[in-house]
Amino acid sequence: MSETAIPALPPRRLSWPAFLRRKARPESLHGIKSSGFAGQVLPLVLLAPQLVILLMFFFIPAIRGLAQAFLLQDPFGQEVHFVGLENITALLRSAEYWESLRLSVNFTLATTALTFGVGLLLAFATDRVARGRTAYRAVLLLPYAIAPAIAGFVWAFLFNPIVGPAAALLHALGIAWDPNRSGDDALLLVILTASWKHLCYDYIFLVAALGSVPRSVIEAAAVDGARPLRRFFWIVLPMIAPTVFFLLVMNTVYGLFETFAIIDATTRGGPAAATNILVYKVYVDGFVNLDLGSSAAQSVLLMIFAISLTVIQFRLIERRISYDVSQ
Amino acid sequence: MIERASWLDAACHAILVVAALLTCLPLYYALVAGSLTTAEVQQVPLPFLPGGAFVENARAVWTRIGLGRLLLNSVIVALGIAVGKLAISLLSAFAITYFRFRFRGTVFWLIFLSLMLPVEVRIVPTFEAMTDVLMPLRLLVQLSGVDSLVQAMTGWRLEVSANWSLLNSYSGLIFPLMASATATFLFRQFFLTIPDELCDAARIDGASPMRFFWTILLPMSRPNLAALGIIFFLFGWNQYLWPLLFTTEPTMTTVVVGIKQLVPHGDSIPAWNLTMNAALLAMLPPIVVVLLLQRWFVKGLIESGK
Repeated sequence: MSETAIPALPPRRLSWPAFLRRKARPESLHGIKSSGFAGQVLPLVLLAPQLVILLMFFFIPAIRGLAQAFLLQDPFGQEVHFVGLENITALLRSAEYWESLRLSVNFTLATTALTFGVGLLLAFATDRVARGRTAYRAVLLLPYAIAPAIAGFVWAFLFNPIVGPAAALLHALGIAWDPNRSGDDALLLVILTASWKHLCYDYIFLVAALGSVPRSVIEAAAVDGARPLRRFFWIVLPMIAPTVFFLLVMNTVYGLFETFAIIDATTRGGPAAATNILVYKVYVDGFVNLDLGSSAAQSVLLMIFAISLTVIQFRLIERRISYDVSQ
Repeated sequence: MIERASWLDAACHAILVVAALLTCLPLYYALVAGSLTTAEVQQVPLPFLPGGAFVENARAVWTRIGLGRLLLNSVIVALGIAVGKLAISLLSAFAITYFRFRFRGTVFWLIFLSLMLPVEVRIVPTFEAMTDVLMPLRLLVQLSGVDSLVQAMTGWRLEVSANWSLLNSYSGLIFPLMASATATFLFRQFFLTIPDELCDAARIDGASPMRFFWTILLPMSRPNLAALGIIFFLFGWNQYLWPLLFTTEPTMTTVVVGIKQLVPHGDSIPAWNLTMNAALLAMLPPIVVVLLLQRWFVKGLIESGK
């Protein structure tokens, strides 16, 4: 078909929301400079270190993990049987796994809502104030530097029912706080710690996004009589929608995959598996209970979640520019 | 400022001050607890002001878990991850954006498959692969039939029995965390924004690809290198799961993991003052990095999200 031919209308079908849809040319995925160098060997030499490292430390482990998900191995590593999908179906039958999944979803939703909500509020306030912006930002960014595990140790101390100052305050208010006994308290503690640690991430992206909204648009709205809050919800928020969506995906990734350290440092999945989310369960089943088949099967399911999120993310990156005002 | 709305500005300041206090409060209490003696830290409620035992606690921590060695390990691992990741990523991003070569598509997808599969998700297989690095080689020798061929020809039995484990080594801590394509992806995005004319001009002047890389591309990438270097340094310093699993000798672990030994649980004396003291010492280097290099750090964070 020549380039000038009029293309037929594509058939209507269910598709991604507009800002997630793939662009006509996936330029950003196959991008190459139109001016470059010739040569077949040099590029491969340049790529060699990266490829060797990926092969040794990423692909081989990933493939072994995949294979392991279909094998049943006794804890002493003596006998191995091929069991097909048995590990995965056993997982899907176990009430424990569903409970852990439910817990992870609740935990992730709560953390996302808290970090994003507070982050948006703080970013709005930072964008609004004229003085002290740098100082506020510097302080609010501090938790990014702190390791999740260390944040976990500190929060475990603060809310320790015997010596913790925060727990003492709760007790003084008449709240029977004890994360070592009550599953709800433990879950709340983990959610608070994870949100405190991750808030700065959402915050800094939202501050940058708000700063990039053109002043002219906001001034035009102000001239038309829109008050600050109305402008924020009707103009600014839709304009930063790509950042919002990006952060929601990143928060999901964070809640699902990057909270192992916080759980291990505060509650160790307990009490009675009340905070035993998926990434923690993989670790416990694989390294404590030595059930390698089940742990590998859990890894495979986690990988599937992670890859689906990556696909969404990629589509997002491609569509990102389309919200620029210049277009 | 578009209009005056003093009540809103005041509310904004109030919100930010409260948030800043809530951010600092846990750190302040860590400082208070870290400077009390073991008996003082048991008081309910905890004192509001720091005590005088900070140096004493720090000395106790230093000898008890060998903090000096752990800090050194953390510096080596964090720098190793940051420098290694930047170096291999810069080269591979250069190769896939500036060269048209066979297998380019394949290589591209091989690299980007590794995007966003955090080590948490593949710990068990990675652990096994790292304790037995040569397993694929043995398998290859067996499958390819090289060993039986050699045996038939020479009568010798060839056996790859080498057992190479990276357990308790710096390479074992560094390499698996380097194996992800995030940095390659970011450099590639950056190279795509560099004007084509620069490369054309370099070629007309007869520059070789590597000369173009050293004298033009590398200096231009310096801000990005600094920004991403900070992000990966923090990433490496703050790792927990991998060092926890992959070091069985207490002297080879990192400082973040080492603190775990000091966390009171069960019937031990709840010496939270030592735990908090060690926590403060371990968070100090990354906090200094973030505060001093704030501008680069924010840039790196935003870029790494694109």
